[in-house]
Amino acid sequence: MTRIFDERGRNIPVTVIEAGPCYVTQIKTAETDGYTAVQIGFEEVREKVVSKPELGHLKAAGKVLRNLKEFRVETVDDLKVGDEIHVDIFKKGDIISVTGRSKGKGFQGTVRRHNFNGGPKSHGQKDRLRAPGSIGASSSPSRVMKGMRMAGHMGDETVTVSNIEVVEIRPDKNILLLKGSVPGSRNGIIQIVKSGDES
Amino acid sequence: MDKTQVAATAYIRNDIPEFKAGDTLVVDVKVREGDKERIQQFKGICIARSGSGINATFTVRKISNSVGVERIFPLHSPNIAKIERLNTGRVRRSKIYYIRDLKGKKATRVKEMR
Repeated sequence: MTRIFDERGRNIPVTVIEAGPCYVTQIKTAETDGYTAVQIGFEEVREKVVSKPELGHLKAAGKVLRNLKEFRVETVDDLKVGDEIHVDIFKKGDIISVTGRSKGKGFQGTVRRHNFNGGPKSHGQKDRLRAPGSIGASSSPSRVMKGMRMAGHMGDETVTVSNIEVVEIRPDKNILLLKGSVPGSRNGIIQIVKSGDES
Repeated sequence: MDKTQVAATAYIRNDIPEFKAGDTLVVDVKVREGDKERIQQFKGICIARSGSGINATFTVRKISNSVGVERIFPLHSPNIAKIERLNTGRVRRSKIYYIRDLKGKKATRVKEMR
């Protein structure tokens, strides 16, 4: 993340996103697939990087791309395979939602993972500072309820953050500046959808 | 430079004078009241510079009505009209936080560069 200043001199935290160019790699229609969708690809790479079956799939688009993603759309009439999609489909002030893979945190206890309070530090307590406390009753029901929040693996899951504002667009460099943070690591892949278009 | 830094270069100001911790500064800050804008001066000793690129900030400390006041400014903020250096202090470290614990005359003055 970095920062920019607006016309009133206020400080705005922004994330810099390299958004595109994306290419249409496949179009699904109701006749052939039973639903309408468009598959787009991002990040041009050497031919060696993608597998041969994928290479055959990408032949129609004429580009070798690493990341493919399908989006459900209502109509595909104005699109054809090989079309470029640029960052200028967004405009300043748009509200979008961003989906990404969150950073892995490893095996974490309940305090970090579920915001438990832990136990008291003093008053005769020992070894209870970050303990989860009771996880249920005794002989009835004699088991732990499903979905009980416990320690375990945290992070590395799909996270969607909505209501992110587009602060600035640089179509010449395919750069998008989004207000605040987005899920995932640096150089991670994210999916950007305009608010209201999520399906 | 990585792409994040490049994206903010348009906001970097080139009219910032050279200064470091220990220098006495007068910072002209633009203050907006309603739709009017005026300049407010903040005079004190720069006690720290931190960050790099667009994220760089500097801290100015002054004693106002016998109360220590510190203000942290983003170096490239458009709200800074001007930075004027009155004195070049002779200090031996880049962050002169020890000045917070000093009292009396020492707390407001740094030896001048010879």
